[in-house]
Amino acid sequence: MGTIPQEHYEPKEGTTSKWINDRLPIMGMMDHLAKFPTPKNLNYAYIFGGILVLFLVIQIITGITLAMHYQVGEDSAFRSVEHIMRDVNYGWFLRYAHANGASFFFIAVYAHIFRGLYYGSYKAPREILWIIGVLIYVVMMATAFMGYVLPWGQMSFWGAKVITSLFGAIPLVGESLKVWLWGGPFVGEATLNRMFSLHYLLPFVIAGLTVLHIWALHHVGNTNPTGVEVRKTDIETVKKDTVPFAPFYVTKDLFAILLFLIAFAFFLYFAPNYLGHPDNYIEANPLATPAHIVPEWYFLPFYAILRAITFDLFWIIPAKLGGVLAMFGAIAILAFAPWLDTSNVRSTSYRPIYRWWFAVLVIDFFVLMWAGAMPAEGIVPMVSLLGTIYWFAHFLIIMPVVGLIEKPLPRPDSIEQAFKQKHDIIDESNTAGGVAAQPAE
Amino acid sequence: MANDHDEKGHVADEDRRDILFLGTGAVGAVGIASAVWPFVDQMNPSASVLALSTMEVDIGDLEPGQEMKVSFLKAPVFIRRMTEDELASAADEDVSGMPDPDPRNPNATGSVADVQDRLVDAERGIIVLTGVCTHLGCVPLGDGAGDYKGWFCPCHGSHYDSLGRIRKGPAPENLPIPVASIDGDILKLG
Repeated sequence: MGTIPQEHYEPKEGTTSKWINDRLPIMGMMDHLAKFPTPKNLNYAYIFGGILVLFLVIQIITGITLAMHYQVGEDSAFRSVEHIMRDVNYGWFLRYAHANGASFFFIAVYAHIFRGLYYGSYKAPREILWIIGVLIYVVMMATAFMGYVLPWGQMSFWGAKVITSLFGAIPLVGESLKVWLWGGPFVGEATLNRMFSLHYLLPFVIAGLTVLHIWALHHVGNTNPTGVEVRKTDIETVKKDTVPFAPFYVTKDLFAILLFLIAFAFFLYFAPNYLGHPDNYIEANPLATPAHIVPEWYFLPFYAILRAITFDLFWIIPAKLGGVLAMFGAIAILAFAPWLDTSNVRSTSYRPIYRWWFAVLVIDFFVLMWAGAMPAEGIVPMVSLLGTIYWFAHFLIIMPVVGLIEKPLPRPDSIEQAFKQKHDIIDESNTAGGVAAQPAE
Repeated sequence: MANDHDEKGHVADEDRRDILFLGTGAVGAVGIASAVWPFVDQMNPSASVLALSTMEVDIGDLEPGQEMKVSFLKAPVFIRRMTEDELASAADEDVSGMPDPDPRNPNATGSVADVQDRLVDAERGIIVLTGVCTHLGCVPLGDGAGDYKGWFCPCHGSHYDSLGRIRKGPAPENLPIPVASIDGDILKLG
């Protein structure tokens, strides 16, 4: 199936498995997935893929059960959410799990994206794997936004109005597009109904894209902290660089999932509204905007970029359109990383200059998140603008230039060699009578 | 519990592994079952639905021979005050030959579908029936309809008498009587 040699599935003669597999090779596929040769040096930065699959499942199951009680409609949506909270058996659990589940889904997706950026997971031959990932992220954002509209509270309503108004900035067709999205000259019943329909649909689009994402992953194989590819000469060599996914990474992923779920449960049970906004417990009122309107935390960096453009870009793009282009551009630019990065070294661990710039990018992300949460006054607009400039400069200038001028550190010949070296270091430090500090990954 | 080393130098401590494996599996199974329960229970009647499960009806204006219909738990409930003649003729009938001799009455004390055990208020001759045909769930026609001057189901032709007992047709059981009690002029359902 993939480019990494793997033992072929051979069911025993006369077994049910063989009977099924001869007709539908699903047993072979399960076997391939279970025994998939996975680099044996993956660290804890690689746990988020499994967590993301789990959270997609959690969101779909809690979402389907919530839809059994939610009543879409201007007059019924808000009331039905209260009905879920007060009357439905475990309704509070379902709703809080769904709302906080979205937040934890995004925590995992950001960790997963930055892991990919650090270890060069976007580089050849993984460009399509990476681009599918960016698409999943975009559809996730659309899904989360539409879901936030459904309770029809004040934040829902005004969030829906502001975000759909972004499309009004598009020249010529903007106004008509806005009316088309709203289903009228205002955000109302029609808008809410289509949001619900699409919020139910898009998770299954994400699930489909996830299948493609994993298919691409299994074709090209995982990256790993060294950035050195698994040697694909024959099965024996592959075995020196890898371990089968089950039970090794199943166990490790389950352990990581357990820790992640503990953090999730803390929010679910002890701070279920911490990540939300109290204004959304006020029913939508088209006549009064809340004093301070902010999106959910996971949109804040890009919201800051939207607000950062307060001037006409290049003398011809009006500020309103400029902000919209910058916001969508800041996300879309991720998809071009495979071609913007000129370095032939995959892992940032061996890139002495780029790793500092990578750290700045992570800090920039959090600074923008902070700026997005603050009212646009004082130093906040300037911080947002500087953060925005760095975000684009990182991808458009630093990635291409550093790749050309940087002298990378020596890399191991193989995963096996790196793995042994690491263990030898531990052995030496043990014989020296102390535990030496490991260099940070 | 001896720790043996295999040819690769690994510790083969199988008892310990079995305990860890089973322990993890057991805790995991309990955790998954607890997590699954809310998703099952959310489909059970919610508090707002359970709040609908009692209802009070004022029957003070009901004259002999009159019938009223109320909606209780999204099903029709027939409340009828029988006339003296109906009560007298119903008392003469032999229940044992009827298709369903069971009173189908959760409020009843006896086990025979006679006047005493089919009426909610025998003094005033009040009968209360869940108006759902026991054949396939249609709503029977009332006001003395059918061959037995009670109710008649237009779907498949079941005839019920003035006490709502099945007399002829495909329905297997008498019209059921809901949990009901009388306090003065107030009939409490549920």
